[in-house]
Amino acid sequence: MVPPVAPLPFTTRLFFAWVCFFRVLFNGLFAAKVYALDSGEAPQLGPKPEPTPPEKKEPTPEKEEAKPRPAPVEKPPPSTDAALQLLALLQREGRFIDFIEEDVSGFSDADIGAAARIVHSGCRKALREHVKLEPVRSEEEGTKVTLDGNAQEVKLTGNVQGKGPYTGTLRHRGWRAVEIKLPVAVEGHDVKIVAQAEVEL
Amino acid sequence: MSKDGAKSGAKYVVGIDLGTTHTALAYAPIPADETETPQPPVMLAIPQLVAQGTIEARELLPSFFYFAHESDGPQALPWDPKRTYAVGEHARARGIDAPGRVIASAKSWLCHPSVDRRSGILPPGAPEDIERISPVEASWRYLEHLVEAWDHVVAKGDESLALTKQSIVLTVPASFDAAARELTTEAAYAAGFEDLTLLEEPQAAFYAWLSDRGDAWRKEVKAGDVVLVVDVGGGTTDFSVIAAVDKDGELALERVAVGDHILLGGDNMDMLLAHMVEQKMIAEAEAAGRTLELDRWQRISLQHAARGAKEKLLGDPKAKTAQIAIAGKGSKLVGGTLRTELTREEVQQAIVDGFFPIVKSSDRPAVRARAALTQLGLPYAQDAAITKHLAALLGRHADALPSKSKKATLLHPTRVLFNGGVMKSPLLRERVSQCLDAWLSEDGAEPARVLEGADLDLAVARGAAAYGLARRGRGVRIRGGTARAYYVGIEGAVPAVPGVEPPITALCVAPFGMEEGTSADVPGGELGVVVGEKVNFRFFGSSVRRKDPVGAMIERWKPGEIEELTPIEVDLPAEGRAKGDVVPVTLRSTVTEVGTLLLEAVPLQPRKKDEKWKVELSVRSTE
Repeated sequence: MVPPVAPLPFTTRLFFAWVCFFRVLFNGLFAAKVYALDSGEAPQLGPKPEPTPPEKKEPTPEKEEAKPRPAPVEKPPPSTDAALQLLALLQREGRFIDFIEEDVSGFSDADIGAAARIVHSGCRKALREHVKLEPVRSEEEGTKVTLDGNAQEVKLTGNVQGKGPYTGTLRHRGWRAVEIKLPVAVEGHDVKIVAQAEVEL
Repeated sequence: MSKDGAKSGAKYVVGIDLGTTHTALAYAPIPADETETPQPPVMLAIPQLVAQGTIEARELLPSFFYFAHESDGPQALPWDPKRTYAVGEHARARGIDAPGRVIASAKSWLCHPSVDRRSGILPPGAPEDIERISPVEASWRYLEHLVEAWDHVVAKGDESLALTKQSIVLTVPASFDAAARELTTEAAYAAGFEDLTLLEEPQAAFYAWLSDRGDAWRKEVKAGDVVLVVDVGGGTTDFSVIAAVDKDGELALERVAVGDHILLGGDNMDMLLAHMVEQKMIAEAEAAGRTLELDRWQRISLQHAARGAKEKLLGDPKAKTAQIAIAGKGSKLVGGTLRTELTREEVQQAIVDGFFPIVKSSDRPAVRARAALTQLGLPYAQDAAITKHLAALLGRHADALPSKSKKATLLHPTRVLFNGGVMKSPLLRERVSQCLDAWLSEDGAEPARVLEGADLDLAVARGAAAYGLARRGRGVRIRGGTARAYYVGIEGAVPAVPGVEPPITALCVAPFGMEEGTSADVPGGELGVVVGEKVNFRFFGSSVRRKDPVGAMIERWKPGEIEELTPIEVDLPAEGRAKGDVVPVTLRSTVTEVGTLLLEAVPLQPRKKDEKWKVELSVRSTE
């Protein structure tokens, strides 16, 4: 884990975890930057999430194809469609977009926490049903590990020098998407509508 | 039928669990020859609409049917872009949004004795633009979806691999009577199945257990053991008792008793809990000086939250409370979220004590006099206490097996197998065991040991496929035959007395435990049938009279021992005879290989060779 400077409230962490999940998954550059941050500064996370929500996710996935990292993604459909499907799924099951798009600044932590429960349980269910994740390293965080330094799987931080094998402390176990199966859009379905408007008659 | 199946070139045995709330399909390739070890059945991930325009493959297909409105556009599937209805998860979800357009629990309607199950009655209270469909058609649509999904995923255009060409085992509740079985096969034939066998669901659960255990099951169940299967699903509760007996040195399994049809399951528990939480929230709001009324969004959210809380509290004995948060109106999530918590005591009281109370073995479910209007809805169980229904079953069949102790007041199970989503909770399993063991110890018998099962949601489909392999000579089979004896009512020829019903004699046409593939001519009962007219006979069934042979005339019986079913009818074509003539006939009963009861009327003086007419199990309203 990140060595704490000042602990963040749960809701911010949840929120940030989600944003990171998407961007790490679909944006290789961002993934690299997050790795660089891994050694430290949690307070930076505060302002960042506010402007990041969905708009940015739509364009970024186009670059995804070229990236070697999400190798387990085997489905061939156009990549923006897949991203939008995932977004729709998270909204449907966990009200994800509603939560991220809402201005939470005026609410108490208790109110946000209550809403976060809905988002957490719904999105977790959706995520677990569609993406199988496992840690990159199976050791407990904080244990000493010795490794060769596979650039895809492991990022060295701190006093980085010399040649492998390297010995250091495992700070973050990492995540690997072992399997991902996304819903398929029916032909003619407008995937840009990630949540329909509702009118009660 | 199994031989026919082999001839017809079926490549797979397919088990289908056509459930009240969910449908599932398991399959296994048929081994090429006797020496090959069969592969264990696997589940088909069924492609289905899960939201507007979104397809996903899931192991469970919710048994819901949605009539799309013109504003929805087509309910496109990969194999049919223009469909006007949806089956599965999207249909289920629309049931919350637009309840008037969705059919749920079609299976419960299929065994509703006082409605015409072949006529368009579903969904009840549908808007006028909907052409309602029958319970049979709804079941057919679910099966049709499986056929299309399979052909899309597995057969991929190969005609010989089409689902309709495979060897199908379709499960029905053990408590389904002859008419409900008949209707189920009607739906299956409409979907195009050719090689079909029915199997009782608790038996399927037991086959799944046998298949999981391999040969090791013989260590856990020995001759003399009596296995009670307790199957509590989303919509129904079903019990069966299977005895392991020594037949000429071989261990054989016999299904000796089945329970009544009980419309009571996990959905009732979720509804009760959601209602409780809603009341609690309203009370809390009132205490704080606010008024609270939940809108649709909030109710959906509440149902999910209550189910989640129930699963947590019933699944984890250490959990004291479960938080419940209900989403706000519209897209505003944070400000409008309502919170409360559900405590262990509340769930204990509502679910464990409410549905599984500790009762005496002599307790019986309460029966309320039915209001005249009940036939408009489903005949839900009038007593929610599942343990009382269980006590009734065991008490009623106390003498089903030769007992070691003379004064046994109930049938003594030595093993228990749980099945169905509800029984996933260790607390509920313990409660049932606790009740049962107390009854057994009062009766001087040993406690019953629990057989550890596998996946309680999917066992029925997997077990059905395993049975499909077993009936090809691969593995032990459970013998059972019909779970009831069937009777035709013959009115005594006595002068009519106003206000007094003429005495009726029950003529046994099919004995208890009549085996599949056997026929019996009914001696003694000569019936007069009018040519060219529909003639109705009263029809009865008994799940406790085990000894009545074919042709037995029963004049008196204890209340509840013989129950009236929907009537049967014969329609004799006028060909070769004058209209209005009375033709004397006798009856012949057959339990088909499929597992349905076939009654035929055979004229005493046939006009041509093998002349006979089918006696229909009427499924019309009893009015």
